Amino acid sequence: MSGSAWIDGVFWLLAVVAIVSGWRVFRSQSMVRSAFLLLASLLGTGAIMLLLAAEYLGFALIFMMALEMTVMALFMVAFMMNPAGLNPMSMVHQHRTAIAAGIVSFLGLASVGVFADFPDQPAGSATTAVEDLGTELLGDSMLVFESAGVTLLATMVGAVVLANRRGRRGLADAGSLPPPLDPETPQREGQPAQDGGHHHHGGHG
Amino acid sequence: MTLEALLVVAAALLGIGIYGALSQQTFVMIMMGLELMLNGVMLAAVGFWAFAGGGAPKGQVLVIVAMVVMAVEMAIGFALVVAVYRARQVDMADSLDSLRH
Repeated sequence: MSGSAWIDGVFWLLAVVAIVSGWRVFRSQSMVRSAFLLLASLLGTGAIMLLLAAEYLGFALIFMMALEMTVMALFMVAFMMNPAGLNPMSMVHQHRTAIAAGIVSFLGLASVGVFADFPDQPAGSATTAVEDLGTELLGDSMLVFESAGVTLLATMVGAVVLANRRGRRGLADAGSLPPPLDPETPQREGQPAQDGGHHHHGGHG
Repeated sequence: MTLEALLVVAAALLGIGIYGALSQQTFVMIMMGLELMLNGVMLAAVGFWAFAGGGAPKGQVLVIVAMVVMAVEMAIGFALVVAVYRARQVDMADSLDSLRH
């Protein structure tokens, strides 16, 4: 399937979409916009997977991420202090170190990708990727598949336990106070008045 | 479309993700950096599956494992953000200066 010109063109278009929107995630003032830019980046990757004939993985990634980023955007509106970016502020730390780490890891991995000698065994054009994957998941790799399922179950239980207001040692938000305001931290907007710290976020009581 | 081009794109996504995870202060933005890193990892894995692995189905299983990691990271990450917000009413990593409630 490689070699045909339009596939190359579509690939580079999707690659530019994935990289540029991935970069804009951290340049946007609005966190909700960042979530949708990240979604665009992941959709670009999913479409590249479709282009590579990995239909199942591509569609799984696209559907999973569309839902996940919607949840993320709702979550930000619910919890974050400045989700819409109405009050522009820089929320970064160790900026130079982070830029250097990103560039160094990109250069290192890209040079491995370009200069290393990988086996040249392209998947055949008549590949039945989805069928192969199904046979593999219910055959030799069933243990991997089942472990992933049990891991996700444990994650669901763990997430419910962590996010629950009723903790082992009483209410999770008992005695919780907002952090002190000082000139180092940006002004928090919409901060509720300190009434003993019993703010109920949709909980009972 | 070659394996080299795919790996360079994947490396760029991973590099941007490392930058984001190290530089952002808000929990959710740090998680976005981690997502972007995993995005690059999955792209590289699919590239190897398609160009160097001869379409072996185990390559796709590896990508499914990476997807599970992504889902676990998001679910537990959100739950931790809720727990920290309940206990401390903060949404920034720099505001957490101790592990005790």
